[in-house]
Amino acid sequence: MGNTITEKIIAAHSGKDSVRPGEIVTVKVDFTMSTDSTGPLAIEQFRRMGATRVFDPELVGLFPARRVPNKDIASAMLAQKVRQFAMEQGLKHYYEVGRNGIDLNMMVELGVVKPGYLIAASNSHLTTLGAFGALAIPMGSTDVAYIFAFGETWLRVPESYRFVINGLLGEYVTAKDVMLQIIKMIGDGGARACAMEFVGEAVEKMPVDERMTLCNMAAEAGAKNGIVAADDSTLEYLGIGPDDGARMFRSDPDARYARELAIEASDIPVTVSAPHAPSNAHPIESVAGTKVDQVVVGGCTNGLIRDFRLLAKTLKGRKVARTVRLFVVPATTAVYLEALREGLIETFIEAGAAVLPPGCGPCGGSHMGVLGPGEVCLTTTPRNFPGRMGPRDSQVYLGSPLVAAATAITGVITHPAEVA
Amino acid sequence: MAIEGNVFKFGSNITTDQIIPARYLQNQDPKHLAEHCLEDADPTFAQRVRPGDVVVGEDNFGHGSSRETAAVAVKAAGVACIVARSFGRIFFRNCLNQGLPCLVCPDAVENARDGAKIKVDLSTGEIEIAGSVYRAEPMPEFMRQLLESGGLVEYGRRRLEAEKGGGGLPKV
Repeated sequence: MGNTITEKIIAAHSGKDSVRPGEIVTVKVDFTMSTDSTGPLAIEQFRRMGATRVFDPELVGLFPARRVPNKDIASAMLAQKVRQFAMEQGLKHYYEVGRNGIDLNMMVELGVVKPGYLIAASNSHLTTLGAFGALAIPMGSTDVAYIFAFGETWLRVPESYRFVINGLLGEYVTAKDVMLQIIKMIGDGGARACAMEFVGEAVEKMPVDERMTLCNMAAEAGAKNGIVAADDSTLEYLGIGPDDGARMFRSDPDARYARELAIEASDIPVTVSAPHAPSNAHPIESVAGTKVDQVVVGGCTNGLIRDFRLLAKTLKGRKVARTVRLFVVPATTAVYLEALREGLIETFIEAGAAVLPPGCGPCGGSHMGVLGPGEVCLTTTPRNFPGRMGPRDSQVYLGSPLVAAATAITGVITHPAEVA
Repeated sequence: MAIEGNVFKFGSNITTDQIIPARYLQNQDPKHLAEHCLEDADPTFAQRVRPGDVVVGEDNFGHGSSRETAAVAVKAAGVACIVARSFGRIFFRNCLNQGLPCLVCPDAVENARDGAKIKVDLSTGEIEIAGSVYRAEPMPEFMRQLLESGGLVEYGRRRLEAEKGGGGLPKV
């Protein structure tokens, strides 16, 4: 009987011919990392184990991006702890503010993600990297501390769910809309601890960065990983050849799936998720006209150059609504620089947006644009849980960069066609 | 090991954001985290919980962000164990690593009212509520061994000791 791509990558990293869902195996990890928020506990646990050296200073990264530039003295101390460890261990991949970005997006730029790799690290949205045909599994700090020390971890082989997205996406419909619909269909824990595999014409036609958005939000369905098999466009995006360490695994035609869902791409509407869960997704018409105080375009789900080009196209020559704060949050320094070179930053500032330093920005509600009581935000970042971006009575809606752009101009949730 | 306390009942999809909001995460001291435990699900929880109490959730308890500080917060608040229909996978592993038992028992969840008295026997997985006894799903063997042998940090510590001595611990 055949294997899924997820099963194959696990088998390849555990020295087994094949593995079955439910099995518990030990796997070698190709790259791991922690951040300024999950790092301090990982470092503490590493030391409590009595470990003194990481297993490989080129394969352990530390990426400050959550509470930096230092939010306050306490956050500065967390950042110090992480910085000191990086220096002490001689880590190749530590990037200071000014050269930094969100870990998973940085990892793509740094070439530490390749098709067939197994990556386990402490960011729940690590699932994003499955867009490269890699197995990317989010874990917590203690698990990552163990990987820091040994370069391996234990895994329960997940069941695989197959999402077949046929046909072509409609105008104004993006990978973001697809995922919000999928999470609506299966629920917030709908793929809990499973592998979400995305196939079909619409997926094959998606540019790699759109596949990243797809896999990013697998985390919101509780998945262990999201994955799209690598192809030529994947290699082109990474700037590598087929012999540069990539392993182009694909699921066997007779691989077994615990669940299969077929979706017709042209049926997917422009979608917005209302408070307080990604699964609370609706065609935009249901929530259009809702007044917003803040709009965010950026972060790990939609913070790449493609997203900013779309935003700039809509904003050019226009102004952000008078009562709205629009925050642009590049995922990495390289994205910021590219946007600058393309004249996009000028467009954003002239429109009245605030361009934030690369990182997570306001997504987690710790700094860089926290909401006030009762305030409403429309964001391209992935979460709208209760109290996510501000006090418990603040309200967060999720949407694509196109929806965010239109909404920033009008000041209310707006269909992109209205501002075309 | 016997647990005896009161039930604090929650719904489905309680997120780790609700368990410990990011606005408190500049200070990762367990005592500080305990003070804000579950604040965005029930702002009164941290003041009312007592050591030995049991948190009961419906589906997918501990969904979302990988923050292990959520497990730290619940443990530091004195919660003896969590019983739910299912758990977010990262949260489940984090609780394992923090020595906070997570039991899957839909029948117990169904019959657990907020404020009810509850007894849990971790060695048998038996949960007693209002005179009825339910049995939690047994944890996979490897995870149970990990928990019983002192958790992942202890496992790692022993492995490093063994490797220094030239040997190696048997692996999974």
